[in-house]
Amino acid sequence: MKRFKTDLHIHSCLSPCGDLDMSPKRIVERSREVGLDIIALCDHNSAENVEPTIRAGKAAGIQVLAGMEINSKEEVHALAIFDQASQALSMQEIVYRALKGTNRPEFFGEQVRANEYDEVEGFNDRLLIGALDLSFDRIVHEIHRLGGLCIASHVDRPSFSLVSQLGFVPPGVRLDAVEVSDPRWAGTGGRSILEDLGLPVVTSSDAHFLKDIGRRVSFFRMETATVEELCLALQKKSGRTVEI
Amino acid sequence: MKLKDLVNRFSLDVLAGEGALDQEVTAGYCGDLLSDVMANAEKGTVWITIQRHQNIVAVALLKELAAILLANGHQPDPETVEKARGEGIPLLASSLAAYQLAGKLYEAGIQ
Repeated sequence: MKRFKTDLHIHSCLSPCGDLDMSPKRIVERSREVGLDIIALCDHNSAENVEPTIRAGKAAGIQVLAGMEINSKEEVHALAIFDQASQALSMQEIVYRALKGTNRPEFFGEQVRANEYDEVEGFNDRLLIGALDLSFDRIVHEIHRLGGLCIASHVDRPSFSLVSQLGFVPPGVRLDAVEVSDPRWAGTGGRSILEDLGLPVVTSSDAHFLKDIGRRVSFFRMETATVEELCLALQKKSGRTVEI
Repeated sequence: MKLKDLVNRFSLDVLAGEGALDQEVTAGYCGDLLSDVMANAEKGTVWITIQRHQNIVAVALLKELAAILLANGHQPDPETVEKARGEGIPLLASSLAAYQLAGKLYEAGIQ
């Protein structure tokens, strides 16, 4: 069994609020510098920088999972994490069908598609900051149908979180974990909320700037860097565990 | 009615955009879902919300709103204040709840 230092929530320059220095190449280089073993690239409502980041990760020796941070109709942010870029791109098709509007970079920021060599490939002109016309329940269902893992983002924040927008997990929705931005919250003000949620807890950086990568990490004890193993660790099954 | 008249009449705190209080307020809107406000609020609106995230400033700019009014004593995130100051967007706050604020503004003629 190995111990993987893991940051499951990193934005690239494709996210309108992501710093332009967050290119696939620099993200994995910074991840290596701070000693990460696994990262997931989770841009807002898009996975278009996932493939170059996976390729850059192979060159740098970082395991990159294919992710996306999806904004539901209720403005709940949820991380969708897959093994393969192809699964994330299938999820992206569902997301794009439910996402209306055009980005206005002067208000929301540029959305850069980059390659693994630190070059700009183009710009995404969708309103990636927007909310989908799909409910949180439906999004969780679709992520699981495609073989992914679903984590409710930053449940300790007053905006765009499962707790702020919906108050509790809707009946019948099977979330894999919740993410906290500040692990201290889990032991203080958030303790009773997390007990009520009754879900595994992870923490991650939600980095929008290079300097923030690895600022918060979770340690997964498991065999390999796959979604199946992550799930086992979250459920503390077969000797796998996760610590924040 | 001008924004500065509303500020004085209802003792609103001005957290940003002091230089832009001379503008006319022509409408009001209540909402905490950014997508809803983006779809429905019109130019010149005073927007009553409890949403504190910095994205409210981007939405106000995009929709050319007159002001953002934080209700119920909610304080904005520090980044929100910084951004509103940078953009010169009036960011107001009140200890009254959204329902009460909307009622008062409606009575004052913003309908």
